[in-house]
Amino acid sequence: MKETISIQNVSKRFGQKMVLQDINFRVEEGKINGFIGPSGAGKTTLVKMIVGMDVPSSGSIHVLDHTMPNLNILEEIGYMAQSDALYTELTGMENLKFFASLYKLNKAERHERIQYAAGLVNLTEDLTKKVGAYSGGMKRRLSLAIALIQDPKILLLDEPTVGIDPELRFSIWNELERMKNEERKTIIVTTHVMDEAERCDYIAMIRDGALIAWGTPKELKERYHASSFDEVFLNAGRENQ
Amino acid sequence: MRTAALIKRIFQQMLRDKRTLALLFVAPLLVLTLMNLVFNGKTVDSTIGVENVSPAMITQFKAADIKVETFNQTSSTKNTMEKHDLDAFLKIENGRPELTLLNTDPTAAKSLQMKIKQMLSTQKAAAKDPIQTHYIYGSKDTGFFDVVSPILIGFFVFFFVFLISGVGLLKERTTGTLERLMATPIKRGEIVLAYLIGFGAFAVIQTIIVVFYAINVLDVVLVGSIWNVLLVNLLLALVALSLGILLSSFAASEFQMVQFIPVVVIPQVFFSGIFPIEGMADWLQALTKIMPLYYAADALKGVMYKGFAFSDIMGDILVLMIFAAVFIILNLFALKKYRKL
Repeated sequence: MKETISIQNVSKRFGQKMVLQDINFRVEEGKINGFIGPSGAGKTTLVKMIVGMDVPSSGSIHVLDHTMPNLNILEEIGYMAQSDALYTELTGMENLKFFASLYKLNKAERHERIQYAAGLVNLTEDLTKKVGAYSGGMKRRLSLAIALIQDPKILLLDEPTVGIDPELRFSIWNELERMKNEERKTIIVTTHVMDEAERCDYIAMIRDGALIAWGTPKELKERYHASSFDEVFLNAGRENQ
Repeated sequence: MRTAALIKRIFQQMLRDKRTLALLFVAPLLVLTLMNLVFNGKTVDSTIGVENVSPAMITQFKAADIKVETFNQTSSTKNTMEKHDLDAFLKIENGRPELTLLNTDPTAAKSLQMKIKQMLSTQKAAAKDPIQTHYIYGSKDTGFFDVVSPILIGFFVFFFVFLISGVGLLKERTTGTLERLMATPIKRGEIVLAYLIGFGAFAVIQTIIVVFYAINVLDVVLVGSIWNVLLVNLLLALVALSLGILLSSFAASEFQMVQFIPVVVIPQVFFSGIFPIEGMADWLQALTKIMPLYYAADALKGVMYKGFAFSDIMGDILVLMIFAAVFIILNLFALKKYRKL
């Protein structure tokens, strides 16, 4: 198994406040990894450090055998932020074109990727509309399409399915699984939705800046004697208090 | 390549925001025109009442565009003046002139008093030739607007470019797209460069419009070369652009960006030379040295009013270039907030 992301003894503090504490784990190629934990646990901070937008206070993060932050590795990371960062005066197509042109893609590839990404999130019909007129769910879908635009090896999706209806959520998860199986992509998602957690290959539970549990959904359920993931989450939390 | 993509996006956004474009291109012209009208307004002709004044003098008053009404044996000067709407009343009793001024507008009264005094003295000397007056800069037609308009042109270029570039990048910060950009392989330098070129293009157009409008439509005095005027204004626009982008990193909202205007923009007006700097306290004069607008105003006044050549304004141009360079470098560091690399 090839390792794509390795996080070693990573701690992060903002001023006096410790946000992440001694996080260690490895991510394998071709797996979906879920970060679950309550709001404010430090999931987003961890994701941002993997992207290289922030640096750990101590410890190190390697992506594809390079220490982060590294500009060249960003070609291989598709990132979807928690809040939609889109240009609302521009159309969906213009947004996609703009982000596509920031990556090393030739004209034909760019066109092909835009069609693929827009089709995946069901936005092909709406690409000529201005993003300002989009609904919340449409914006979320456009953000996801942008994360996929350069065909990256690694996908970091910060709460990708918030505000997306169950049907589309189901098809997005199917596509994530297809990308994992056929394209060997490494995918990290943060989520609150426990049935999504069950579809991950590995789960990292983060609470108060610490990694409290790590394993396959099945392992975690057995370890915490739980029948559902909600229970795992609650039991793991209690045990750690 | 990435810079080009960013520039293209800035153009798309700007062209779609018609009001901002209007503000950038039309507002400066509007304000300049207004100031032109306000400052170059003709002084209202004064009316003077006279009693016992020689006909020669009355002719002289009339020649100086002063309306004259003759009275005989007025009892109350005040009542007469109010009744006949007079600005002044001159009475000569026993060869001694006695002048009464209405003084509702002290400035107008003072100038009227000056005129009358001057005439009385020439009358005494019985000088036939009018006093010859010489002007080093400008002419007897020079208005206040001619002197301050070079500064105003510079100020409007500075103000509007500062505001629009600052808010432009701020929008990118508040909507999270700047942070999102930082998750792509774009370099910080590429972002700063794209913003300088993207907004710079609009600043160039604005500068050209403002300069040509002021010179051709408002008939502002231009003694020196128009190319030097454009050069100074473009450099000033670059300073405003880089400063606007820089200060937007210290603002959390558009409203906070507007709060920079009284702190950063207005003080520059005071130190730009519209108000005499020589009379200020020494420490205050030293403050002018850190104001970009001071150097631009100095150069513009030099070129437009005094006819300075490029070599005369080289010092000012150099300082403006240093300002721009410093702000641009600081911008590169300010972006580290979003990505350490």
